[in-house]
Amino acid sequence: MAAAKGGIDPTAEGLPPRRARHPDGTEAVPETKESDVRSTRTWLGLTAGMAGVALALTGCASDAGDGGDGGDGGSGGSSDEKITLTVATFNEFGYEELVKEYMELNPNITVEHKKAATADEARDNLNTRLAAGSGLSDIEALEVDWLAELMQYSDNFNDLSSAEVDGRWLDWKTEAATTADGKLIGYGTDIGPEAICYRADLFEAAGLPTDRAEVATLLEGDWDRYFEVGKEFVANSDAAWFDSAGATYQAMINQVENAYEEDDGTVIGIEHATVKDIYDDVLTASVDDELSAGLGQWSDDWNAAFQNGAFATMACPGWMLGIIEGNAAGVEGWDIADVFPGGGGNWGGSYLTVPTHTEHPEEAIALAQWLTAPEQQIKAFKSKGTFPSQIEAQESDELLSTTNAFFNDAPTGEILVNRAEAVTATPFKGPNYFAIHQTVADALTRVDVDETDDANSSWDKAVQAFKDLGLE
Amino acid sequence: MAVTPAPAPPTSAARTSTPPPPQRRSFRDLRGKLDVKLSPYLYISPFFIVFAVVGLFPLAYTAFVSVHEWHLIGGQGEFVGLGNFIDVIQQPTFATALRNTFSIFLLSSVPQVIAAIIIAAVLDANLRARTFWRMGVLLPYVVMPVAAALIFSRLFADDAGLVNTLLGGIGIDPIRWHADVIPSHVAIATMVNFRWTGYNALIFLAAMQAIPRDLYEAAVLDGASRVRQFLSITVPMLRPTIIFVVITSTIGGLQIFDEPRMFDQFGRGGSDKQWMTVTLFLYDLGWGAQKSFGRAAAVAWLLFLIIVVIGLLNFALTRRIASAGTALETKKRRRPGARSNGGAR
Repeated sequence: MAAAKGGIDPTAEGLPPRRARHPDGTEAVPETKESDVRSTRTWLGLTAGMAGVALALTGCASDAGDGGDGGDGGSGGSSDEKITLTVATFNEFGYEELVKEYMELNPNITVEHKKAATADEARDNLNTRLAAGSGLSDIEALEVDWLAELMQYSDNFNDLSSAEVDGRWLDWKTEAATTADGKLIGYGTDIGPEAICYRADLFEAAGLPTDRAEVATLLEGDWDRYFEVGKEFVANSDAAWFDSAGATYQAMINQVENAYEEDDGTVIGIEHATVKDIYDDVLTASVDDELSAGLGQWSDDWNAAFQNGAFATMACPGWMLGIIEGNAAGVEGWDIADVFPGGGGNWGGSYLTVPTHTEHPEEAIALAQWLTAPEQQIKAFKSKGTFPSQIEAQESDELLSTTNAFFNDAPTGEILVNRAEAVTATPFKGPNYFAIHQTVADALTRVDVDETDDANSSWDKAVQAFKDLGLE
Repeated sequence: MAVTPAPAPPTSAARTSTPPPPQRRSFRDLRGKLDVKLSPYLYISPFFIVFAVVGLFPLAYTAFVSVHEWHLIGGQGEFVGLGNFIDVIQQPTFATALRNTFSIFLLSSVPQVIAAIIIAAVLDANLRARTFWRMGVLLPYVVMPVAAALIFSRLFADDAGLVNTLLGGIGIDPIRWHADVIPSHVAIATMVNFRWTGYNALIFLAAMQAIPRDLYEAAVLDGASRVRQFLSITVPMLRPTIIFVVITSTIGGLQIFDEPRMFDQFGRGGSDKQWMTVTLFLYDLGWGAQKSFGRAAAVAWLLFLIIVVIGLLNFALTRRIASAGTALETKKRRRPGARSNGGAR
């Protein structure tokens, strides 16, 4: 048995093999060469050996059995049965209160809400678990940037289309999540119409107007205008103008119809004027004009920078409001202006999907439908600023009259409705959008945050990284 | 036991007896033979069965995947032969990943082994509340690597981290832990050392306690100082344990993943791949942008081959050191032994 234990334990506990094997584990098998072995001992020995093997085998077998049982067990879940549904989201969806409310409405359902810190992390989780075919939540949130790559594997998601939800969302929102044969894999949650969030106190100290209507007038125009005002600001202030070159680039590229791919999904790549010009503009503003605080978005330093007033403005899609409020807790002076450089822009926005792996598809779909219903989305908006993609919600007075105390009582509902109307371009985001975008985002980080490269050498590395993707 | 009151005659007797053995006896004989020949294999079989399932099969299957186009979700594609291997080796990232892996490995293993031996020597001394100290040393090992990595990456944050604040306190410019290559490796090596030094110290401690105490007594009589005892008795006697620790930490060090993965918010080894290790590269190929299991499997096999080569080098090197050690040891022992024992060895 000592041998059996030594063999099984390290793997069973998932310890790295490096330290798990005992140095003298090899001594565990006794030599039995004596000639006068008594028959009882023989039998004991044999049975012990067999038992060891049997144990090892049944150990595997029962594991497999458990998995199978778990798969079958809940599929017929009647409404009285106590079930648990898991909802996996990222950043801030504003579902904390909604989850509690749903559990009160449905006492037999327990909802577990899992939040990933970043959308990238959620994407990694989802991909890994899709590939493994297990461990997925009953409801998985998707970000629009990587929706398309998952659309290729729509078999892994339940068809959510139903008469009840027809026409609930903006057309383009639903179309993006509908397959060629008419299957709807995700319910829209929010969209990300962008405004400019700014620190009124820093504006005042630098001699700029602080009132949100005046700021809107001040920044009205294209990105050059935004950078111009930025130069004026940094000349009179210790703070930077915006947080990160990457975030600013993201805002700008989201105004381009076909940044990396044609409408049919053909890869254009990054080596063309549209992408390169934006890249150069952003880095000129960030590094040469010192407008950027040089923070990688979502990094620990970025989170902490909200507390020390490292920058004065940032591109601000609706869902960002909750994040600013969380990171800048206790800081006064944040406000939001009804303006966005280069017209309107949409950044992000998400969907809820129900993977086919779920044990409770009906209940999960019901929950997803409830969470994405206009009434609930408005509550989420009030909580974390996730701007509704639901038509009814966008038209509701409740939304229009929403103000946000943290942002100096700004009428965030009205501002974001205006910003949503200003959006003219619907960027095409195909299956490779996320992968290609990452190569440029890394290049910007190298120059803006890490300072390991200048704009040109970093660009070369991005071109190499794009080649490594093997898309051409 | 009650069923077989008469013990079976010894098999050696059965073998030498001239009359043909009765049927029952030959069966028993066969059983005895089988027992001797087969049961040792049965005893050790659980390990090999488990190893075949969780070690050998994945290895072979990874080789199979590595010669195909294989998408994370889409699954198996065309056979491409060594195409994946060529793709991967041609990517400059592969060389960078190798560089980072070895750098982090050296920065962690070397100080780790030295510190572990010193800590073990201190713990081996006559301390008060000995168990408390020994448990204390092992405590970091209990911490989940991911949890430790999360805390450390915050401590090592470039602008807002505690480490840089402390350095600033003594007048040192902030170090860009997440931007520069070597500092990021140092930070990651620190996490590894935090976790494994105590563990290795306990292994060394166990080995130290097996060193015969009369050696120390003799050394004390000869007037050897503490340091001299440590260098001339403890370290040479620990040689086999050092070899074991070095080999395991080599294998572990080359597979380092958790710490670099959790070092920043994206887990892709930095924008310029400052701390992208081979396993992280593998992960990025398989689960990141490319989602190519074929290429990831190719990297896995390359890593396996590298570890085998390094392992063999390690083995050859340490065996030379070890045999040199034993030669020295026997020489030392032979002199007093020659008189009393006549050199029994």
